[in-house]
Amino acid sequence: MNRIQQLFKKPGGKLIPYVTAGYPSLNLTTKLVLAMEKGGADMIELGLPFSDPLADGPVIQASSQVALKNGVNTQWVLEQVEIIRKSSQIPITLMGYINPILKYGYNKFFFDCQQVGVDGIIAPDLPIEEAKDFVLLSKSNNISPILLVAPNTPNDRIRTISQMAGDLVYCVAILGVTGEKLSKEATLVKYLSRVRENSNTPFIVGFGIKTHQDVERINRLSDGAVVGTSFVEKLRDSNHPEKTVLKYVKELKGVK
Amino acid sequence: MENPIKTYTLPDEKGHFEIFGGQYVPETLIPALSELKELYNTLKQDGAFTEELSQILKSYAGRPTPLTYANRISEELGFHVYLKREDLAHTGAHKINNVLGQILLAKRMGEKRIIAETGAGQHGVATATAAAKFGFPCTIYMGTEDIERQKLNVFRMELLGAEVIPVSSGSCTLKDAINEAIRDWITNVETTYYLIGSVVGPHPYPMIVRDFQSIIGKETKIQFKDITNGDQAPDTIVACVGGGSNAIGIFHTFLSDNVRLVGVEAAGKGLKTDKHAASITKGSFGVLHGSASFILQSEDGQITLPHSISAGLDYPGVGPEHSYLKSIGRVEYASATDDESISAYIWLSEKEGILPALESAHALSFLRSPDNGIHSGENVVICLSGRGDKDVQTVAEFLGRDI
Repeated sequence: MNRIQQLFKKPGGKLIPYVTAGYPSLNLTTKLVLAMEKGGADMIELGLPFSDPLADGPVIQASSQVALKNGVNTQWVLEQVEIIRKSSQIPITLMGYINPILKYGYNKFFFDCQQVGVDGIIAPDLPIEEAKDFVLLSKSNNISPILLVAPNTPNDRIRTISQMAGDLVYCVAILGVTGEKLSKEATLVKYLSRVRENSNTPFIVGFGIKTHQDVERINRLSDGAVVGTSFVEKLRDSNHPEKTVLKYVKELKGVK
Repeated sequence: MENPIKTYTLPDEKGHFEIFGGQYVPETLIPALSELKELYNTLKQDGAFTEELSQILKSYAGRPTPLTYANRISEELGFHVYLKREDLAHTGAHKINNVLGQILLAKRMGEKRIIAETGAGQHGVATATAAAKFGFPCTIYMGTEDIERQKLNVFRMELLGAEVIPVSSGSCTLKDAINEAIRDWITNVETTYYLIGSVVGPHPYPMIVRDFQSIIGKETKIQFKDITNGDQAPDTIVACVGGGSNAIGIFHTFLSDNVRLVGVEAAGKGLKTDKHAASITKGSFGVLHGSASFILQSEDGQITLPHSISAGLDYPGVGPEHSYLKSIGRVEYASATDDESISAYIWLSEKEGILPALESAHALSFLRSPDNGIHSGENVVICLSGRGDKDVQTVAEFLGRDI
């Protein structure tokens, strides 16, 4: 059983911070992940930067550009996970667009992910129509393929997606790209209840989640809240990145 | 060489041309793509729809466009050159064929708003034109780099009532304009129709755009027979390839015929430099903007910046069907540099009294290449995809002329 499967066997909402690997600088990635864990994060989503991130808003786009300028590639991100694993067992999922993963090679990618201790993969531009090999190879390497559901995904498709994913599904909270505003309560309740009824697996929710209140709201309706853009924004404006993320994780958890 | 294509039915149900094509997009877009696919598959069998489209192509876009015999360059080259005059279609390029087809789809879908990307501005102008004609609000995404080199087209779009949104991320050209249009579409998917301008993007777009552009080849086939008093088909057809819509448009009807088909990519400052846009000739397999194809990318799978003097060819990918046709050897792909294209632009202007678009000048340039494999006396059709008025400023700058 991998760390994601173990984590989601436990009841209760989880907090999942996101950070773009190699942002704001190369030497910070492992430190930021460990600081997030220290603050009480349940799982980490680590972004593999891509030149053309079409599901991301301007903040994460800009962080990807910086990371790529810093020289980040897939190999380097996997090395950071290997370093983190020396001192931490926090579940880690990578979030990456499919082209760099294809270029790295599916076989090699999933094998290497398993070797360094990655637990899950999210590919935001890979719908189930194109995900067959991806899911097969992921599972055969004991990695959870975290497939996506959107607010306009029909019920029968939610069932298919969750069945294919097997362990965990990622629900995009809004019709939009990362960093936009969260929907109204009624819309969210309706959407996430629909997912609850149709999904065979636990599900986490991301896009537009920024505050402790947002996290509480989302966690009442799902199994976990992903916070991304706000972490990147806070890092962008911070002189003490580790302290900043530690404090923000606590704030999101509602811990003094 | 034997033609590998006997009957041609691609793409398959999921939009694949073997390993190319597909739907590599965020989940949010899947319902919209499915709806579009279903509607299109119904409407293409619907006589009223096809009649409405052919009427508007005739009465508004000016189709059929002529096939012109280019006697002076034919004499110079020693073979017969025919120009398929897409430059004479309304708005000055082949782009209008696809736009009018898709805007009728948008109308049937009950969409409230049209968005599009543009590189050279020709697709943006065509979209703004059709949006005006059909009463849709229209937003066009355009890279700031392209806005700079195609100011005339930006103003044309504004005159047509469209809002032009400058895109200053990445390379500030067509690829980034497409990213931004897709982000808009993800956000406004319930009210907005994304009118893609080339045979790129997720399924069903490469198929739909191809079908709407295939009128170029269908007309060419009939016109060629008329002009030559019954010759079956031309020996060779040449078209430029950026995303590749005019090329697919003229090739498609001839795929199972015994006709040599040549696509000409932009070699920019040369294929030995990194400043070109030759995705088929120099690229590798990858995924960009929703489909798998040949793309220009780094060893790490990051998209690299293309270069071409022609904004319409300045794109790091190519339609998936072209990659497929290359992979099975049905279409040959050559390239022309910035210099060669400018020279062909001037050549056609002086010899035939036609200013070609710089994009089309790439195809023309192939005729003058010493190793083009064209035999004397052959019949060659060039897809003259657009007119060159928009490029006058670029050509003048290239020649160091102040106008």
